[in-house]
Amino acid sequence: MLRFLARRLALAVPTLILASMIIFALQQLLPGDVATALTGEERDPQVIAFIRAKYHLDQPLPVRYAYWAGGVLRGDLGESIRLQKPVSKLIVEKLPVTLELACLAMLVALAIGVPMGVLSAVKRGQAADTVANGIALWGLSVPNFWLGILLILLFSVELGWLPASGYVSPFESLSENLAAMVMPAFVLGNAIAAVMMRHTRAAMLGVLGSDYVRTARAKGVSPLRVTLRHALPNAAIPIITLGALEFGQLLSGAVLTEQVFSVPGFGKLMVDAVFNRDFATVQGVVICTAATYIALNLAADLLAAAVNPKLRRA
Amino acid sequence: MSTGTPIAETAGIAAPTGSPGLIQEPGTVTAFWRRLRARPSAIAGLVIVGLLILMAVFAPWIAPYDPTATDWGNVRGSPSLAHPFGGDEVGRDVLSRIIFGARASLGAGLVSVALAVSLGLPLGLLAGYAGGWIDGAISRLTDALLAIPFLILAIALAAFLGPSLVNAMIAIGLSATSTFIRLTRAQVRAVAAEEFVEAARAMGNPPWRIAFVHILPNIVPAILVQATLTIAAAIIAEASLSFLGLGQQPPEPSWGAMLNTAKNFMDQAPWMAIWPGLSIFLAVLAFNLFGDGLRDALDPRQRA
Repeated sequence: MLRFLARRLALAVPTLILASMIIFALQQLLPGDVATALTGEERDPQVIAFIRAKYHLDQPLPVRYAYWAGGVLRGDLGESIRLQKPVSKLIVEKLPVTLELACLAMLVALAIGVPMGVLSAVKRGQAADTVANGIALWGLSVPNFWLGILLILLFSVELGWLPASGYVSPFESLSENLAAMVMPAFVLGNAIAAVMMRHTRAAMLGVLGSDYVRTARAKGVSPLRVTLRHALPNAAIPIITLGALEFGQLLSGAVLTEQVFSVPGFGKLMVDAVFNRDFATVQGVVICTAATYIALNLAADLLAAAVNPKLRRA
Repeated sequence: MSTGTPIAETAGIAAPTGSPGLIQEPGTVTAFWRRLRARPSAIAGLVIVGLLILMAVFAPWIAPYDPTATDWGNVRGSPSLAHPFGGDEVGRDVLSRIIFGARASLGAGLVSVALAVSLGLPLGLLAGYAGGWIDGAISRLTDALLAIPFLILAIALAAFLGPSLVNAMIAIGLSATSTFIRLTRAQVRAVAAEEFVEAARAMGNPPWRIAFVHILPNIVPAILVQATLTIAAAIIAEASLSFLGLGQQPPEPSWGAMLNTAKNFMDQAPWMAIWPGLSIFLAVLAFNLFGDGLRDALDPRQRA
């Protein structure tokens, strides 16, 4: 297991380094001079000279990357030009909000996706299967920001049951926090639920066709017990692995969901930074996302290997 | 993945005739059509896609009004006979904007996926067939790109390139490229291990000929399915970027941008939010339905 871990780490680290190079190189895409682009509206030659010196803009690209990467390793993601704050501090402030949203969304996805997938595998080819597949297709096709708008129209504008926006910290008031998070979590979890359903269905179909399930049935074990006690635990492995990978998807989706519901998280930070032309913050958010994704990938691999020793040789 | 030559023809790619190893089953195209026709949902998807493309192409003839013409009498006007989908915040006809908006959505979907395929296919072919350090380098690059979630990468790229529809297409296309590199590479390696490729090599065919004539036609079905499903994702991505203000710029119509404005008038003019969202949903659903059907019809082994 240790050797497996070492091999996976040996793959993950270069991937992260390469991803950081790509993210750093993004600033080369800025039209015109990087220093003027970074200062935005400001045209004061002194400011531009300051920026030029601060970001070593007179140096060639690899040298600038080395400065930046060195900073990133020390936890220094640069400074937000607009907010006059270190980017790392901004991210640490916003991250808990998005993590809460992502975890709630994952709960929604599991609560909808797994039972639906199990049901459609057990009732394969029957009406319940068709309905579940239809719901999954709907979940995959509906843009989540539109779903958010529709929910606001119904539950906030028409019925007045839930707040359309306005985040409250769970430490201030848990009930208000949850009231504000219900709709964003549902919207964000909806698309993942569809993916979960499809994978649960496929995994369950594989397990339900295996010999030991047939044996259990032949022994006279009740169908419900076969499904839940014999089949589901074995189908759970790919579902857990997928769940970890879908977290990256959640971070993507959070950008739009947070925008629709004005949730002050990671995604909102990124969009605001894009509009303020605050490129250090954009890069910081993207590199954190990539690092999270790589870490989750690694965790998913290790989890799968821990459960299934055969995978350790891969 | 040896469904044979005729499928390559349906993709508009002239398949080589008489190549060793390619299964020359007469009537495979007919068989493919039969399998596709047996799936009403796939046909429904295809029909909706066709209608949306017609709507985009003939927008100036179909739309009742100029999509950018403002009318002060129709500011946030309720749906009526003259304006079935109502008016927007400056009195533009929502129906006409929906019709013209199909151009931005479908255009972005098609162009960005074309870009992703034209970059990803050669790179994947190279990685899968050349192997060695070339494969190593391309695969590491792909891993690194895949580590950045699709939409986050697209937003970052669009942010640095500057907001416009063309830049959004480039950003989405580049973000989707890694998927095609990885898929092509995996497919190439699977096909390259088959006996007919070995035979072609033994006959002294040069590597480029093996790659393009013997391997490429056999991986087209998988690429085609992925491309169709990616168009769906690209349409959502374009709508997302336009919703954030990074895509189509006002006053030109785009479904995503229309939703962004609609968000501010939800209590007064809900129709501004309903129609553009429904259009995105319909377009994405159509490509997903067609892609799923295509996959089932092209690859009998994957059929559930």
